[in-house]
Amino acid sequence: MSKMLGRTASGLFWMMRYLERFENTARLIDAGFRMSLTRARTAESEWESVLTTAGTRDLYVEAHDRFGTRQTVDFLVAEKDNPSSLYRSIEAARENARMTRTALTRDVWEAINETWLQFKRDHTAQRHQTDLQDLLSSVRQQVALVRGSINGTMLRNDIFRFVVLGALIERADNTARILDTKYYVLLPSSASVGSSLDRVQWEMILRSASAERSFHWLYGGEISPAAIVEFLIHDVRLPRSIAYCYDEIIATLTGLEQEYGRRTDAHDLAASHEAHITDSTSDAIIGSGLHEFLIDFIARNAALSQQIEQDYRFAK
Amino acid sequence: MGEPVDFFDEMNGFGEGVREPYQAYQRLLSEIDPARLKRQSKKAEDFFRRTGITFNVYGEADAEERLIPFDLLPRIISAREWRTLTKGIEQRIKALNAFLHDIYHRQEILRAGRIPAPLILENEAFLSQMVGVNPPGGIYTHIVGTDLVRTGPDEFFVLEDNARTPSGVSYMLENRETMLKMFPELFSNVGVETISDYPSLLRKALAASAPAACRDKPTIAVLTPGIHNSAYYEHAFLADQMGVDLVEGHDLKVVDGRICMRTTCGFEPIDVIYRRVDDEYLDPLNFNPDSLLGVPGIFDIYRAGGVTITNAPGTGISDDKALYSYMPDIVEFYTGQKPLLKNVETWRCSEPSSLQYVLENLADLVVKEVHGSGGYGMLVGPAASKTEIETFRKKLEARPANYIAQPTLALSTVPILTEAGLAPRHVDLRPFVLVSPNAVDVVPGGLTRVAMREGSLVVNSSQGGGTKDTWVLSDE
Repeated sequence: MSKMLGRTASGLFWMMRYLERFENTARLIDAGFRMSLTRARTAESEWESVLTTAGTRDLYVEAHDRFGTRQTVDFLVAEKDNPSSLYRSIEAARENARMTRTALTRDVWEAINETWLQFKRDHTAQRHQTDLQDLLSSVRQQVALVRGSINGTMLRNDIFRFVVLGALIERADNTARILDTKYYVLLPSSASVGSSLDRVQWEMILRSASAERSFHWLYGGEISPAAIVEFLIHDVRLPRSIAYCYDEIIATLTGLEQEYGRRTDAHDLAASHEAHITDSTSDAIIGSGLHEFLIDFIARNAALSQQIEQDYRFAK
Repeated sequence: MGEPVDFFDEMNGFGEGVREPYQAYQRLLSEIDPARLKRQSKKAEDFFRRTGITFNVYGEADAEERLIPFDLLPRIISAREWRTLTKGIEQRIKALNAFLHDIYHRQEILRAGRIPAPLILENEAFLSQMVGVNPPGGIYTHIVGTDLVRTGPDEFFVLEDNARTPSGVSYMLENRETMLKMFPELFSNVGVETISDYPSLLRKALAASAPAACRDKPTIAVLTPGIHNSAYYEHAFLADQMGVDLVEGHDLKVVDGRICMRTTCGFEPIDVIYRRVDDEYLDPLNFNPDSLLGVPGIFDIYRAGGVTITNAPGTGISDDKALYSYMPDIVEFYTGQKPLLKNVETWRCSEPSSLQYVLENLADLVVKEVHGSGGYGMLVGPAASKTEIETFRKKLEARPANYIAQPTLALSTVPILTEAGLAPRHVDLRPFVLVSPNAVDVVPGGLTRVAMREGSLVVNSSQGGGTKDTWVLSDE
């Protein structure tokens, strides 16, 4: 086999974007669910913000008039009309994997197929709140299995690189969205700084990014908006931070450049985004508008995704 | 052992005891704990599901992927039986290729009056665009899956030639893999011919048909309609096993007189395309203009020697069931020999006397559409209700030339594992054949399809049929 089909590169990239989305949405549901248990009074607004982060609030309100726990969870887990539901994400990931089967190792394909089969079993069995916890923890375990098979069995060539790019682009987008949905609690003007409400909100942000343990490890008990912004945007040690994703995106594009013997526009674009992130300090971001920074980043990230699709001929 | 039965059982004959090819296996089987058999059967199913060895059924609302039931008891063929079959198949396939070359060139068989000209010239599967075209090496049917049925110890019939795009070879290979995993000890005690080199033979056969434009090691690709096709698993499997690309129509484009695939680094030419797309969808410029599965202009490149398409466009006509009834004449005409394998007696409903006979005996016959496949649109008289027969009668009277009829054959049985123990079920056999310029290779094995329901004669997977591993014994 000589060079990879553009459609195969596309399938690998999107397989991973959907798989990453599958996991991130599960984590969001988990964080939202916890919030709704501990803060019953504001549960509805918490679910609304979870839907906003998942990018499906508008679709949700077309068919629902309130943000009840049961309806929101159903919508996020199993709704077939919601393109970001867990069901649709893993279905799309698996469909892309089927399309690119010849590029995957048997281990990776079986891990993804098993993730899909396991999810279908779990969500048909899901009846109670404890089942939801089981389902969400099974999602995390299955995705870890897929990631493990990818790392353990795949050649480090272009196939692997498109897989990695898909995961990183999706993850950077997710982290930015998590922060943006809650940007107001990170503002210096926020009325009740240091109150228990803020603390719960900040915990929720960290939990959604699977970063609460590592944050406490690094910062002890000191939670401050600037520290959270610094951690999720700039700390390259955190695998879900935006800076980490862009470090890895650049490294992966450099790998492709060496393999293919040509530099792409996507590579230059990624480098300029990375410089933009590094040049904006957390204090400056908070001072001049966290929301504006994040909105701008989400658009830049989407533009990079499109540039990758174009440069590597994902479609005609 | 057992009582005399109406059908020939390949393990127990007509009830006179275990037949020779099954004796070694039967001794080993009797030592396996029945509980283990059941466990292994469940394990095999899990394996198929986990690996995603599934197919899609057309026309079902929620097009779920389904598993084809796999039965753990092998179907066993002796070395002697296999030699007879192989000779017959080779003869038939050589005749088929000579026939296809003839009808797209001098049409001598029509001039000799051995086949009515309208059957060819007015046939929708006859591609006039292929007239005068010379496929590389003169081969039309590179890949064939001849369907055989058996009614007695030496009674084999060809049921269909399947020279268009035969499927099922991945099941032959996966069934064997599964058996090797489930019962490794069987294979160290019974000499079974290996089939695992099929993918490399296929690759060689395809490479041997490289077009004139190919200058280097041929680049090969499998062309699939996509993941929603019922045989997608097989397309991916074969591409994977051969180490070639799996492409869809929209990956391909004509660039500088070659068919090229869109890669991450630009367009790269392909030399040989093993297509799993039917003729009419191959090229929207030359055939069906609505097709989204094909490549605009591919046929012109093919004619100019820029790419090889396997099987060649226009081979589909040899799967026509009315033409099938002329196969004995075709074999004689091109080989000068009597056919080694028998045809099933066939009534062409286009002929008034045959039609009358068929209408009078619908309840005993199997009636098929001449262009049908996969068990769709057919009537199995003995298994049909009165209403079904009457509905079918109207269709038949409206378009008699669209149908042929055959007697209901007493298909042989092979035992399967059921909840209640071993029980006989009807089977057929599809050996897989590869044709290269210098050789016809029949891989020693095949796909045994089995009707899982008691008494049923319909083995098609789309109609609930299952499969078995097929053993060809080595000569001792």
